[in-house]
Amino acid sequence: MAKGRVAKKTPIRVLIAKPGLDGHDRGAKVVARALRDAGMEVIYAGLRQTPEEIVRAALEEDVDLIGLSILSGAHMALFPRILVLLKEEGGRGIPVFAGGIIPDEDARRLKKAGIRAIFGPGTSLEEIVTTARSLARRSA
Amino acid sequence: MTGSSSRLPAAARAIVEGDRRALARTITAVENGDPSADRVVRSLYARSGRAPVVGLTGPLGVGKSSLVNALVGRLRSLGQTVGVIGVDPSSPFTGGSVLGDRIRLERRPDDTGVFFRSMASRGAAGGVAAATREVSRLLDAAGFDVILVETVGSGQVDVAIRDIASTSIVVVVPHLGDEVQTLKAGLFEIADIFCVNKVDLPGAELAKRDLAELVMLGGRPSGWAPPIVGTSTVETTGIDELWNDVIAHEKFLDSSGERTRGERKRLSTEIVGLARDHVGRELTRRLERDPALRHLLDEVVARHIDPRTAADRLVRGGRRAR
Repeated sequence: MAKGRVAKKTPIRVLIAKPGLDGHDRGAKVVARALRDAGMEVIYAGLRQTPEEIVRAALEEDVDLIGLSILSGAHMALFPRILVLLKEEGGRGIPVFAGGIIPDEDARRLKKAGIRAIFGPGTSLEEIVTTARSLARRSA
Repeated sequence: MTGSSSRLPAAARAIVEGDRRALARTITAVENGDPSADRVVRSLYARSGRAPVVGLTGPLGVGKSSLVNALVGRLRSLGQTVGVIGVDPSSPFTGGSVLGDRIRLERRPDDTGVFFRSMASRGAAGGVAAATREVSRLLDAAGFDVILVETVGSGQVDVAIRDIASTSIVVVVPHLGDEVQTLKAGLFEIADIFCVNKVDLPGAELAKRDLAELVMLGGRPSGWAPPIVGTSTVETTGIDELWNDVIAHEKFLDSSGERTRGERKRLSTEIVGLARDHVGRELTRRLERDPALRHLLDEVVARHIDPRTAADRLVRGGRRAR
């Protein structure tokens, strides 16, 4: 029995993407870097991604987790669309978390729609890493 | 085809039939050394070896990802499907990685003619991951017409792409160094094609001239003289020429018999490597578990025997134990 193989932890793969027409991605990059330093493999998809592109990337990369960053205010249009596409394309079980400028009331509705965690301004990187890890491990 | 594919394991059959989710999951299993991928990999080998595997390598920041994107665009306009593997480094400290090759990719989201997979190097030296070769075979078996492999930003000795690609493109940019750099061993020896990217920048002509001199000195036993192509992904120049040179090299491999010779060499290295891993794991297991052999370790630690003698005994002792 190849004990070494089984005992070796396989890295969590996470997609970080910015849906919509945001102009800058400093926050997403900081989160990507923090997840990297926590030992994860971060597929950085970058700016101006459509929901279709994000879902395709998530499925091709076979990620354990998707992180969305948004500042533009279009979250109520884009996030539910991503969740629907994920279900349709066979990625139902992949947890999605989000960060950016999202009013509390919207955050409640998005959580109800299936976004697993939402981080507002001032969230510590440690909290994001811890949450990301537990979301990924629970879905595996 | 249906007759033979019905004998394949379910995941392998799904991959052959174009199930992208099955492909993605199997790639993960191969990367993780998950035993569940073993049968799939074995069963699909016979269906690989069909698509050209084109490697793009070169130092970090020379524009490999942008070139991959440009080549994907070119190939799609020719009606060809493309499987892409983009390798980026894993941290030697945390194991983590930021895989950023994908951000250059532009394509219609409903285009199923492209499959892009990012891979972390996971501690492998040489510019690719341990699983890159088998993953490129999976993409081949899945039916993609061309496989592109983008290496980690390479140093002078990162030449592992040579063991995977049928055509290796070495990408450089102007002002990377003087002509002495091109004489140095390693990276510059593996080029089937030299690509001077960012030709819109000053110094491009000099870079091309230095490479031309290197090529003129000859030295490739196969008789292939690597062409030098200038490209720019800002002005989108040279991409057609670059692809035409890939085709020319692939044709040369067939007409010269180099393809078979190269394959034999690569596969022999691969088989020996796999066998070595196998034997190595077995010997490690014995050394850890066999009480008589564990005693060997104690003797070496106590300086009663030396490591070389212990290794001889380990191999011989293993045989006796059978």
